[in-house]
Amino acid sequence: MSEVLVVVEQVDGTLKKVTLEMLTLARELGEPAAVVMGAPGTAASVADKLGQYGATRIYAAESEEIDGYLVSPKAAALAALVSQVQPAAVLLGATQEGKEIAGRVAVKLDNGLLTDISGLASDGTATQVVFAGSTIVTSKVTRGFPLATLRPNSLTPSPAEEAASPEVTPIEFTLDKSDTRARIVERVAEAKGARPELTEASVVVSGGRGVGSAENFTLVEELADLLGGAVGASRAATDSGFYPHQFQVGQTGKTVSPQLYIALGISGAIQHRAGMQTSKTIVAVNKDAEAPIFELADFGVIGDLFTVVPQTVEELRKRG
Amino acid sequence: MNIVVLVKQVPDSGAERTLRESDHTVDREVADNVINEMDDYAIEEALRLQEAHGGEVTVMTMGPQRAAESIRKALSMGPDKAVHIRDDALAGSCALATSAVLAAALRDLNPDLVLCGAEATDGRVQAVPHMLSERLGIAALTGARKLTVDGSTLTVERQTDEGYEVVVAQAPAVVSVWDTINEPRYPSFKGIMAAKKKPVTELSLADLGIEPSEVGAAGASSAVVDHRGRPPRSAGQKITDEGDGGAKLVEFLASEKFV
Ligand SMILES: Cc1cc2nc3c(=O)[nH]c(=O)nc-3n(C[C@H](O)[C@H](O)[C@H](O)COP(=O)(O)OP(=O)(O)OC[C@H]3O[C@@H](n4cnc5c(N)ncnc54)[C@H](O)[C@@H]3O)c2cc1C
Repeated sequence: MSEVLVVVEQVDGTLKKVTLEMLTLARELGEPAAVVMGAPGTAASVADKLGQYGATRIYAAESEEIDGYLVSPKAAALAALVSQVQPAAVLLGATQEGKEIAGRVAVKLDNGLLTDISGLASDGTATQVVFAGSTIVTSKVTRGFPLATLRPNSLTPSPAEEAASPEVTPIEFTLDKSDTRARIVERVAEAKGARPELTEASVVVSGGRGVGSAENFTLVEELADLLGGAVGASRAATDSGFYPHQFQVGQTGKTVSPQLYIALGISGAIQHRAGMQTSKTIVAVNKDAEAPIFELADFGVIGDLFTVVPQTVEELRKRG
Repeated sequence: MNIVVLVKQVPDSGAERTLRESDHTVDREVADNVINEMDDYAIEEALRLQEAHGGEVTVMTMGPQRAAESIRKALSMGPDKAVHIRDDALAGSCALATSAVLAAALRDLNPDLVLCGAEATDGRVQAVPHMLSERLGIAALTGARKLTVDGSTLTVERQTDEGYEVVVAQAPAVVSVWDTINEPRYPSFKGIMAAKKKPVTELSLADLGIEPSEVGAAGASSAVVDHRGRPPRSAGQKITDEGDGGAKLVEFLASEKFV
């Protein structure tokens, strides 16, 4: 069986959920092999978990250059690996970096690129949900192998029936001068506290312009914390400075697809819906009975969020 | 510092967008076509750099005749001139072909800096800046929320899921920007009038030395096989708060086993 390469995304030794989704998908398409690119020691720190999800082999590119320059060295390593192993398909996360690596590899190998897919069949046909979720497209590459980026939260990851114990094989590749032009001099983590990562959370509570101020966002946070969820915001809320931009949900923000999405004081503009409408269950609180968010809400409360949310919080506390 | 800003005309993301039955390409005829919103921020950033460091700002777009409106709109914000790459054979081009065409035109202009929006609201491929970087052999600094220029040294703060990264490169480079980077200006009446007289150079594939068979639907490296509408979500239960809205909400959450 041919190998399906999965380009691993991880933060400090923890695999991103999209990586587990890709391994789950790869198991259906062929023999999953993980590609780990980062600082020395990265592959060892994630090997066990990759094995649990069925990775039979780990290809590793670990060096200061891989870690210290933007994207190019990773693309060089991946392109070299592809030429050596001739995989059946290559999967990356549809994250900023995943899309960028994929784009560079597509140019290097003159290979078609399938962006933001939500599924891939063994005949190479990919499914994509486009235009704010309104249209489903199926597509294929017409040159090369399926090189695809998977949209996070497209499928439910599951461990392999039988865990593998993957062997680590270093990738042989060379870098030229043009691969080390964009140097990363600093990485700054912005505090998000103990809350789950927005794109991975199973519950997301979002606030919009109706929340009114940065101080009032503590109400949104309180509800999120009681439900073990992440906090999101509409663009009106991030633009007004109520909440940091990295928590924006929507077309120009994050795409989330949690089990439960609660929208507080959000009207439901098409660009906001683009980022949340594949959520399993949607709840909305809005004082305007005509707000478009109600068109997709499984449960909607027409009312003032400043009375409804405190009562919700109180009721949840009572239940413990 | 000479800057080229890449601008794309896209169907308005706030309106309904559809694919054509015949060839599964975006129905750009029925859509309201606008400048990709993120590109306004790239234009603004270019103008600010020009104000600080001098040089020329050129707008470049690849698109059909209709894209000329978007070029005038872009010029009305303040750039000096524009390049419109236009050829019937380009319709249906994939990202790979688009980047090859843009790269050919950029090679001729040889700018110090190429600025563009971090993504287009239609395709959301987010890969074109890196494809250009790969083809031109220059640095790509992508996803910037801040850009500073000191001589030929470019420093950006690149937005990441975890926070941001500070990335440094020497010009020439491609930089893509998010809407957090600045607040774009509105064109003034004077700007709108001036834009009508600004030079727009039209380039065909022959001018760029590219074979028509390498681009467009014929040369595409990926193809849409089929498309269909996604069933719209139907609204569920809607209640009016009569003093018990919060309690009812919690009951719903409990019935769905969220609490
Ligand atoms: C190219 C482009 C990209 C965009 N990308 C995004 C994106 O990624 N994400 C995004 O969110 N938006 C995006 N937008 C903006 C989008 O069009 C809307 O402007 C935005 O989503 C509105 O945010 P909102 O719902 O918080 O604000 P509003 O539309 O102003 O809605 C506020 C809502 O709060 C309700 N409200 C007010 N007070 C209360 C109260 N006390 N109790 C209960 N309800 C109350 C009001 O009834 C109203 O419905 C984009 C726009 C463009 C053009």
